[in-house]
Amino acid sequence: MTTTLTKPPADAEPKPPKRSRGMKAARAGGHMHAGPVAYIILGVFTVVSLFPLVWTAIAASRDNQRLAQTPPPFWFGGGLFDKLELAWTDANLGEAFFNTTIVAGVSALTIVFLSTIAGFAFAKLRFRGRGALMLIVIGTMMVPPQLQVVPLYMMVAELDWTDQLQAVILPSLVSAFGVFFMRQYLLQALPDEIIEAARVDGASSWRVVWHVVFPTARPAMAVLGMLMFVQTWNDFLWPFLVLTQTGNPTVQVAVAGLGSGYTPDQSLIMAGALLGTLPLLIVFAIFGKQIVGGIMQGAVKG
Amino acid sequence: MATRHDTAAAPPVKEGGAAPARPPAEALPPQEAKRRARLSRRWQRDVRWSPYAFVSPFFLLFAAFGLFPLIYTAWASLHTVELTAPTDMEWAGLKNYVRIFDDEFYWNAAKNTLTIGIISTVPQLMMALGIAHILNYRLRASTFYRVAMLAPYATSIASASLLFVLLFGRDYGMINWALGSVGIDHIDWQNEKWPSQFAVSSIVIWRWTGYNALIYLAAMQAIPQDLYESAALDGASRWQQFIHVTLPSLRPTILFTVVVSTIGASQLFGEPLLFNANKGASGGAEHQFQTLGLYMYEQGWVNQHLGRASAIAWTMFLILIVIGIVNYVISRRLRASS
Repeated sequence: MTTTLTKPPADAEPKPPKRSRGMKAARAGGHMHAGPVAYIILGVFTVVSLFPLVWTAIAASRDNQRLAQTPPPFWFGGGLFDKLELAWTDANLGEAFFNTTIVAGVSALTIVFLSTIAGFAFAKLRFRGRGALMLIVIGTMMVPPQLQVVPLYMMVAELDWTDQLQAVILPSLVSAFGVFFMRQYLLQALPDEIIEAARVDGASSWRVVWHVVFPTARPAMAVLGMLMFVQTWNDFLWPFLVLTQTGNPTVQVAVAGLGSGYTPDQSLIMAGALLGTLPLLIVFAIFGKQIVGGIMQGAVKG
Repeated sequence: MATRHDTAAAPPVKEGGAAPARPPAEALPPQEAKRRARLSRRWQRDVRWSPYAFVSPFFLLFAAFGLFPLIYTAWASLHTVELTAPTDMEWAGLKNYVRIFDDEFYWNAAKNTLTIGIISTVPQLMMALGIAHILNYRLRASTFYRVAMLAPYATSIASASLLFVLLFGRDYGMINWALGSVGIDHIDWQNEKWPSQFAVSSIVIWRWTGYNALIYLAAMQAIPQDLYESAALDGASRWQQFIHVTLPSLRPTILFTVVVSTIGASQLFGEPLLFNANKGASGGAEHQFQTLGLYMYEQGWVNQHLGRASAIAWTMFLILIVIGIVNYVISRRLRASS
């Protein structure tokens, strides 16, 4: 450490029991009040984060002629809902929404369930090979998806699963991150004594899982479920390879297809892009605080 | 049977639970003793084997959809495999590797992956660090900022890329308009090499900066407050505190984000594919922003050589392993020097 100061002076000044809100500037580190500069930087960053999304809606509400003029439009035109409807029907987005909801829902629920029981075993149960198996779990997080797509594609071709949702769902169920996440949570959230008490009462491992682990892990399960839903909803490479735009697309495949027409209709593309993201933005607007908490919680141990 | 003996004796000690419900009799009837032995044997089996039952679904799925494809990719890379008949494999030895190493576009893609990786990762993580530092102040409406900067993370690659194509449009794009209003000439963000790489990188930066800022913020909040207090008493300014207290404490987290971002950057695919919506998988007319991920797709799914695509995938994996080793060495050096 570079700080040279020794303990005594710090102890010499008695700490105030609770920091009063009015105190400014002199506070160190995490308890400094933000000055105007900090708010300006944050404001700019927030605008940069949000404005492109708002502008997607603006562009979708204008026609192509308006988009091919300078300066670009900064406020909504009247055509938003017509364009959204057109994207919904023309680009197969309605079906894509249905498909993606199934894909993301099934895989999020399955991942949460499997990760919780595996995470519980890694966090709280003793068994031979536990350390080595956990290392494998962590190692699998590093394997890039590109290394899997060719054989997976062969499997799908062999099974004749092209354009079928299970081709996308099954590979997405492998989530080392989920196992790791639940293990970290249960390590600190589930006291050993509770498990022991249940054991003494003669509860089997499954009963422990149902009556002790699941109730304790519920907040983390919710966060993991949301993160996995977002990830599967936005997944691009693999669905793009096995699903076609006209077959059984997910939202991302359908939206990507919008951009590749011969005469791209910019405002229609933006309507599709907006629709493809809207459900997640709504989820984030409602559960934003929990998602932020979940990401930060998972991060400290990462 | 020894085990039966002591396990049968065990339950009465901790009586009162669900399973062995009956009160202990002085002399157990043989039937009852048998029942208890059976129960406790089942209990033992449960304790020993249920951990494996709990972790096995993950490992079974991983074996089928993770490990097997990984190994099979190596096998496929030694064969000629066509997209139209993906199950017909013909032994080719190292031909696929020779072919891609002879292809100037392979090296072009490798270079682009490296430069786009640097352009997207370095500013992203530095900005995230700064934002996290500000978020660590006492703020009004701090939750609002945190959620707002996660909005890009909720936006899919497809949506974000298509949007940025429009924002970076040469003639009517908002960015060129803004640059024009301060007197900078129109930039051709699609067709010129560095501008196009910057534009592709900016999609990555936009989507991930807020997420990384939250990870840094979490780590900053875990730094003990007295480190700052003693530094402040020592006369360290805010900047010095950031350099001498915050950064050293964040080192493991920074390393973690560097590794994760590097992995992400090495696989970049959707952004460069869609940034060039109408022109296939070439990554621009002169391949100026074609990454290895995109090159692999072009070889496998446009040119229909799945064997060659497998070979490219394996070279990407080897590059990742090298990066991982370099990271590991650097982190050990850093730890040793502190």
